[in-house]
Parts: sequence; structure tokens; C-alpha cells
Amino acid sequence: MRYHTPASFDDAIAIAAQAEGITRFLAGGTDVLVQLRSDLVTPDDLIDIKQIPGTHDIVQNADGSWTLGIAVSGAEMTEHAGLCAAWPGLVEGMDLIGSTQVQGRATLVGNLCNGSPAADSVPGMMAAGVTVTVMGPNGTREVAVEDIPAGPGRTNLAKGELIAAVNIPARGENGGDAYQRFIPRTEMDIAVVGVGVSLRLDGDIITEARVALGAVAPTALMVPDGAAALIGSTLDDAAKARLAAAASAACNPIDDKRGTIEFRTDVAGVLACRTAQRAYDRAQGKKVAKHV
Amino acid sequence: MALDDDLKKDGFTFVGTRPKRPDGLDKVTGRAKFGADMVAPGMLHGAILRSPHAHARIKGIDTSKAEALEGVKAVVTRADFPDTVQHKPGMAGEMWNVLENVMAGEKALYDGHAVAAVAATSALIAKDALKLIEVDYEVLPHVTDVDKAMAEGAPVIREGSADRSVPEGLHPNVVRYHESGHGDVEAGFAKADLVMEDTYKTEATHQGYIEPHACLGMLGADGKGELWCTTQGHFYFQKVCAAVLGLETSQLRVTASEIGGGFGGKTTVFMEPVSLALSRKANRPVKMVMSRSEVFRATGPTASASMDIKIGMTKDGTITAAKGTYRLQGGAFPGAPADFTAMCGFAPYCLENVLQIGYDVMANRPKQAAYRAPGAPMGAFAVESVIDEMCNKLGLDPVEVRLKNAARDGTKSSYGPTWDAIGQVACLEAVKAHPHYSTPLKEGQGRGIASGFWFNHGGETSVSLALSEDGTAQISVGTPDIGGSRASMALMAAEVLGIPYENIRVTIADTATLGYNDVSHGSRVTYASGLATIKAARDAVEKLKGRAAAEWGIDPDAVTWEDGYAKPSGPNAGEFEPMHITKITGKMGRTGGPISGHFEATPEGAGVSFGTHIVDAEVDPETGKTSIIRYTVVQDAGKAIHPTYVEGQFQGGAAQGIGWALNEEYIYGEDGRLQNSIFLDYRIPVASDLPMIDTVIVEVPNPGHPYGVRGVGETGIVPPLAAVANAVSNAAGVRLKELPMSPPRILKALKDQKG
Ligand SMILES: Cc1cc2nc3c(=O)[nH]c(=O)nc-3n(C[C@H](O)[C@H](O)[C@H](O)COP(=O)(O)OP(=O)(O)OC[C@H]3O[C@@H](n4cnc5c(N)ncnc54)[C@H](O)[C@@H]3O)c2cc1C
Repeated sequence: MRYHTPASFDDAIAIAAQAEGITRFLAGGTDVLVQLRSDLVTPDDLIDIKQIPGTHDIVQNADGSWTLGIAVSGAEMTEHAGLCAAWPGLVEGMDLIGSTQVQGRATLVGNLCNGSPAADSVPGMMAAGVTVTVMGPNGTREVAVEDIPAGPGRTNLAKGELIAAVNIPARGENGGDAYQRFIPRTEMDIAVVGVGVSLRLDGDIITEARVALGAVAPTALMVPDGAAALIGSTLDDAAKARLAAAASAACNPIDDKRGTIEFRTDVAGVLACRTAQRAYDRAQGKKVAKHV
Repeated sequence: MALDDDLKKDGFTFVGTRPKRPDGLDKVTGRAKFGADMVAPGMLHGAILRSPHAHARIKGIDTSKAEALEGVKAVVTRADFPDTVQHKPGMAGEMWNVLENVMAGEKALYDGHAVAAVAATSALIAKDALKLIEVDYEVLPHVTDVDKAMAEGAPVIREGSADRSVPEGLHPNVVRYHESGHGDVEAGFAKADLVMEDTYKTEATHQGYIEPHACLGMLGADGKGELWCTTQGHFYFQKVCAAVLGLETSQLRVTASEIGGGFGGKTTVFMEPVSLALSRKANRPVKMVMSRSEVFRATGPTASASMDIKIGMTKDGTITAAKGTYRLQGGAFPGAPADFTAMCGFAPYCLENVLQIGYDVMANRPKQAAYRAPGAPMGAFAVESVIDEMCNKLGLDPVEVRLKNAARDGTKSSYGPTWDAIGQVACLEAVKAHPHYSTPLKEGQGRGIASGFWFNHGGETSVSLALSEDGTAQISVGTPDIGGSRASMALMAAEVLGIPYENIRVTIADTATLGYNDVSHGSRVTYASGLATIKAARDAVEKLKGRAAAEWGIDPDAVTWEDGYAKPSGPNAGEFEPMHITKITGKMGRTGGPISGHFEATPEGAGVSFGTHIVDAEVDPETGKTSIIRYTVVQDAGKAIHPTYVEGQFQGGAAQGIGWALNEEYIYGEDGRLQNSIFLDYRIPVASDLPMIDTVIVEVPNPGHPYGVRGVGETGIVPPLAAVANAVSNAAGVRLKELPMSPPRILKALKDQKG
């Protein structure tokens, strides 16, 4: 195994592009190192990208949007008052990952690129409309988060490509977002269903909405029918029923040790409504308890 | 052993207090040495190649490439173990069973079964070498479910494993049979107003100790060996390792490390002979440490169970008859505790007509090991669930019904013996009086109660106590401390000697230092090692009195021992200043030599144990998720020597029982491979899943122990499966009959009920 600490993204890309065998980028390492130690994946080239200048920064741009460095940890996000105020749902998705120790290392991009359909930060990012800056041997492009995962453990990044930044839109007025997951225990577990919802209100009426589901299909997915069910409503029971139906209909899960198809499909509907309620309450400026 | 005359019930100075544990500082500072902490000069690292198949014939193993790898010093397979131990039916062949499990012979019998092992200069090289071993498998049909394993046509794990208890005509995978009871159950059912019959199932669960199995073995060409390992019973490990390696028992010295949890799972030998075999071949010490996944795949989970319960009850709650049929799957070897399940199920009750039948069934799973009250929790789950259901149907209070039918002093138990001095009624009365039981429930919550029974055990025991010149004492016991027993031993010795707790050091002696000691199991340590400690201390006191008597020139019988002083027993004995222990030990070299006490016995009066738990649970009807809101354990301890550690045992049993009830399970794929061999997917409760677990220590002294002690380590896990199931069923409004009651299972039951 070769361990690299490039000083720039260009260097990192050059190493990755030339590497043969198994290549991994090392962000927080909470997936990479665990997989290494448990003999699941032993990379031939391990490229530590945390040393690259700027990768630890959280920056709010003039237009209110945010740019996050790829090495920003969950703990750094939770401790950033401005980010928490703007995107509490996105932050709570990240904050649910692991324990205090894991929070000190784990990153959004690592969570995304590890490729788990159950990754907790991903539905929240998708609901928020987050994009990532992808750099590679053939240049730079901006890609929506939902277009990164390709299937369990796989991404759409080409050989030599990496993610160089996370771009979060400006929150704007009267918006609210939320992420909730279902786990059989209270913590230290893997999502059986995850839901991210972001919406905007005009008075009591929902004018914009994005709904994303995790852990119910080979990749996290957008649920446009769920968003449509919400838009124009006041999140009344009928809207919730439509949302639940849309969320359940979008599911394409597997039966496995973590949950049955039937269970995941049912709970996706239930959780979509609960999450939408939290996002709605936030949009109305109500205080919402920390994730439950 | 008649000890009744000997029972001290009150007036204790040290017993019943809560001093700090003597091993506490070592544990919190990291100074304590666990299984993986030992090193030796020239040490190699061992690793085991495990079968990826649930059932396969091993047609050949080619180790040549592994042997050729730089850094590899030895490779062993079954051929490196002597064939002196022979296969015999049932538990008679246990030594062969252990060997066959430690290293597969002709067949790999489960996913994770050891087939070869390597010792190399580093752990990484050893792992790499495993990948170079080529095993030629012929995959065979497999079976992992207990009911399927005993059904016609099921793949046979091993012909000739059934012992003579098994009736004709059963599948060869049924290897032992138990039947007990009394009265006439059919006549009893005829007298009942309500008869209920149902099938209940539990999945296998793992003890889940934090410390994986680890050892360091050294074995020379001279047949002399040393083994350091994490174990609940190093004397037993000595015996087993010697047998399967063809050594003389006394030539192998085994030292028990500190132990990071065992719960029964470290009473069984799973790996240690491999390190010794590798060491013998490489002529170097070999250390082995299991990964978590190896612990799950290849060390003892519990048995899984399928059980039919039939109970008859009159309208007033009197049980007229009870019948239980218990089928337990214990892996690819005999030993599933179906007999214990059968014997314990109805034991909390006084029954006129009772019949219980147990089947020990083999399947393609790892060899089961004891897990706190082995077999009892499953049976209690089934029996106590049916009783709860009947109370609901008849509109009766579940505590009153249990009291009405409770086993009492003089009751002939469900499995034979007649009880004396038992605590079932006292526990139930304490439950009734506890504020928890009368606290109103909120909407969506349910309450469950359940009783449980465990035998407790005595076992071979040997303790020795040596006094030092300064009047302090050192005690050598042979039972690894798995629950704070060093503190309890010191408290009991302090009580006898009349010296401070802090002046006593208790050591777990190695096998070369003390006579044979049975394993730390059966909740026996505080009982049996405690009894032996008291007797050893009394032996030393007799000698101390003798020295004082000699100095005073009076008869030793005329000397009493009080609070650390020898005193003349009365005016007739003469007028002498009380003589402190330090006065005697300070000159013992000149007055007859070192003073020590010892005691060896197999005490038989362990004293059975009962407990009843109260649980409040809330079920989310939309997701099937359960929250445990409140939990109270009530259990008879006989006498709590160190109440904090008694409470710890109660709480630990409840915590593990909650896990077993709600989310823990062995999940097998169609291919017979274990799907969840890491803690991420094997869901033991995390701290935030549990409420504070309240405890009530009931004390009905056990006449079989000088201070009335009953073991408390196991009974605490017997009621929770049922108590949680009753709470969940009452909260959800639907009876859950299969564990674990995971959210998918509860949600499905709710949906099925709605139709
Ligand atoms: C105890 C524990 C609990 C956990 N709990 C959860 C949980 O509750 N929910 C959850 O979703 N996850 C959980 N995880 C998994 C893990 O913590 C998260 O996925 C985490 O976000 C990964 O981030 P990281 O920075 O540590 O990634 P790393 O391990 O550094 O990398 C992960 C993957 O991303 C790739 N990668 C990293 N950075 C880039 C980049 N800039 N460009 C391209 N590819 C990149 C790497 O090549 C690698 O494949 C847990 C892990 C542990 C150990």
C-alpha cells in the first residue's frame, strides 16, 4: 500500500489517474480505515486529501450560498451556528452519523462516495439541492448530489476524478429542512429508511419542496411525486397521505438483515410525513427538538 | 453437606457493605491484563482459516504455498492433533466434540468452522498466509433451523451422535431427549376452564462480551506447556487442552487473564488448543486473538428454540396442568440445553400435573455455549407468555395468578426435587408492593411481568488462604472473577478473620498453584468459592487460636475469635489480654511456622433462585419500534455479600435479556452463512436504549451457605424475554410469539391483526 499526501487537487488527481489497482481517497477515514482493518478493502494507493489547503473551510458566499471543504467534519458542521441556522436538516443528517469520536473525522463527501444506499447525510443534501464540484483529468464539472451514487458501493466518478468542494444553495426566506432515519435502536445503527425534506412556505402554503429517500433502493433517490404532493398544501392530512403513498411507491428495497421490503416500504411513508412536519415547523420558525 | 446449623443471618460487619472493588484501579487505568495483553519473547501470531460453507466435505487441504511464505513458521490442520480422543454419542464424547469444533476433521460443519491455522512472525503475514491455503470442499446440503433439522429428510450432521435417551424413530440430528414431570396432564387439562396451546420461537443470540477470545500458548517438545488465556475456567481449559493434545494434565500450566466478559461463553474451549498445536510445531510461543466476526461465527451463541406450551387454568387462576415441548438447536454438536429449558420452564409454580419434554437437536451452526442460565430464558419466554395471555383472557391480575400458583417451601418442583427455603413468593410479594407495579400506564404503553427460575450450582472448589507476618491475608481462588467476586471473597474472609477488607488480597491462582476448581459458571462463585473462602478462613482462625492457646497455656477450645482478636472464651479459661492477629502472625515463624487455611469440597447446597421482572414498554404503532420505559428487577439473592455487584448482575441480566427480546438474533442466509457477524448488524442494546434498571434484592437465606448466599449471576436473564414480550404484546394489543420482536416483526403482527 502506498500512502500519498498531495498538496493540491491537481496532484491528487495525477496520482489517482496513474494508479493501478485499488485506489481510495482518505478524508475522515471512518469508512476507509474500518474497511482496511477488517480486511474488506486493502487499497494499493491511499491518497490523503486532508492536507490540501482550504479543505477544512466552511465559507458563506456573498449570495448566501455555502462552500464546504471536503475535509470538514461532522463536528465542525454542528458547531457552525450559521450553517445550523440555515440548513438544520442537512446538518442533522450528518450529525446522526456514528458517535462523538466518528463525528470528529467523518465528512459529507466520504459519506457520499462510500456509496452506501443508507448513508445518512445524503438524503438531506439531496433535499437541500446540494451540488459537488468534481475535478478530474478532463476538467471540472458541477454535479448534483443525487447524480453521484451509482449503486451500493459505487459512484459515477470516473478514474482519477475526485470531489473538490460541496456547494450548498442559499437558504432564502421561509424555508425549512429536516432529515430523519429509522433505526431499531436509538443510536449507533444503520438507517433502515432515511428521509430528507426541504420546503419553502408562503404563509402556511408550501410553495417549493424536495423529498429524498435513503436505504430503500440501490441508491438514495429523489421523490418528485412526494414533492408534488406537498406543493400547494398546508401539510394537512390529505397531503400527508399523498406524500406517504408517493414515498412508499418510490421504494425499491431489498429484504435483508436490516429490514424487510414490506417494512421499509411502510416506514418510508410514515417517516416522510414525520420529516415533512419537522421541515414545515422549521419553515414556520418553530423550535424543533433535536433529531429523535 | 448439612450446613443449616451453621447459618449466620445477621450481625455482619463487612458482609453487606459496598467497598470499592480491588481490581477497580487496574481496570480504569488500563493496567489490568486481558487475554490479548500478554506477550512473550519470540512470540508468533496465529490466525485461523475458517470454512465459508455451512456444510462441506473437506476433500483435501494444500498448505504448501502458505508454508512457503516468508515469515510463516507453522501451519496446522486436524492431522496435527492426536487421534486419541474418540467420538462417542451425546455428551460422553465431549472431548472429541471440542476437538472436532476446534479444528474440523472430515467435514466443515458450519460457516466459520476452523479448517487450518497458521503461525507467522506478524499478524498480517499470518492473515496473508491463510489466503494461500487451498481447501478442496465438496459442498453438502445444510440445515440451520431447529424444526427443519429434526424433520424427515434433513441433512444428517453426524450419524451416531444420539445417546441412549433418544426414543426410536427420531431423526439422527436429535441427539438427546429429556422427559420429566408428575401427575396426569390430560386429567388436569380436563379440569380447566381455559386451555391454551401455542408455539413460541427464539433465535440464537450471542453473549456479546466486549473482549474477544485471546490466548498465548507455549508448548515444548518435552510436553511441558504454558497457556495464558481469557477464560471462565482455566482448570477446565487445562484438562481439555491436555486431552485433545495428548498431554499430561499437570504438565500444562494455565493462567487466566482478566476477563472482559464471558456470560457463559468463555466456559467453552474454542481456540486455545490451536495456539498450543502451532507452538509445538514452531517451537515458539503463539498468540491468537479472534476478530469480532470470528467470535460471532465460531464461538458459542445460545441455542435457538421452538417450543409448544399447553396450560390449563380454572377461572380463579389455578393452573390445573402444564405441558411443554422444547426443541433446541445447539449447532453441529450435542449439548443444546433442552433439558434445562424443560426443567426450568414451569419451575416457578406448584403444579399437580406437569410434563416437559426436551429435544437436543444438531444443525449446521456453531457449537452453542452456555449463556447465563443456559436454556432457561427461552422456556420462560414461552411459558410466561402463555400465562400472561391466559390472565388477559380471564381478566386476572398476573401477579396474583403467579402467587396463587407459586412454588413454596415444600413444593414438589416440576422436575422432581422438593423445595426448601425458596424465594418465589417473597419476590412476588415484593413486586406487588413495588410502586412500579401500581403506577398508571400512559396511552400506547403496556406492562409485562414474568417470573424465572435457575438451579444454581456448587461444583468442585478449592481455596487457600495465607496470613502474612503483618496480619494481612492473601487468598488464592481458582474461579476467574467475572462479576466482582474478588471483592465478595475479601468481604467474607474479612468477616471471619475480623481484619479490614483492604487488608485482604484475592488472587485468581493458576492451575499449578491450587487444586482443581470448576469453571466460573452456574452462578457458583460467590456461593462455592465463597463458602470455601469462609471455611479456609475459619481453618486459619483455628490455627491462630491454637497459637494463642499455646502461649497462654490453655486448651485451644477455651479460645474464641472476635474482631481480629483471640480471647479467652470465658472466666474459666483464665484472665488474658485479648491477643490481636498481628501479635500472632508477627511471630508465627517461631511459634510453629506459617499460618494458612484451606478448604476443598464439592458443595451441594447451591440453593435455587427465583426472580420476577416488571417492564413498561411503548410501541410505535406506525413503525413497530419498542421503547423500554421502565424496568424493575426483583430477585432473591439469599444474602447480598456486596449489594452493588448483586445489583449489577440483576441489571446486566435485564439489559442482555432486553437485547435478546427486541433486536439480537443470528441471521442466516439461504446459503447457511451468518449474515450479521459484526456489532453493526448484531444489535445489542446501546446505553441510550435502556432506562435505568431498578433493582430490589430479596433475601431468603440459603441454608446451604454459611452466610445464606445464593448465586445471582444467571436468574436475572430468565424473566426479561417474557417480561418484555408481555409488555410489548400488551402495548401493541397483539401477542408476539417469536423473538426477537424487531420492528419489522411487530409491524407485521399489527398489520396481520388489522387484516
Ligand atoms: C462507528 C461508526 C459509525 C458510523 N455510523 C454511521 C451512520 O450512522 N450513518 C452513516 O451514514 N455512516 C456511518 N458510518 C460510516 C462513515 O462514518 C460515514 O460514511 C462517513 O461520512 C465517511 O466519511 P469519511 O470522511 O470518514 O470517509 P472516508 O472513510 O475517508 O472515505 C469514504 C469513501 O469516500 C471516498 N472519498 C472520500 N473523500 C473523497 C473525495 N473528496 N472525492 C472522492 N471520493 C472521496 C473514499 O475514497 C472512500 O471510498 C459510521 C462509521 C463508523 C466507524
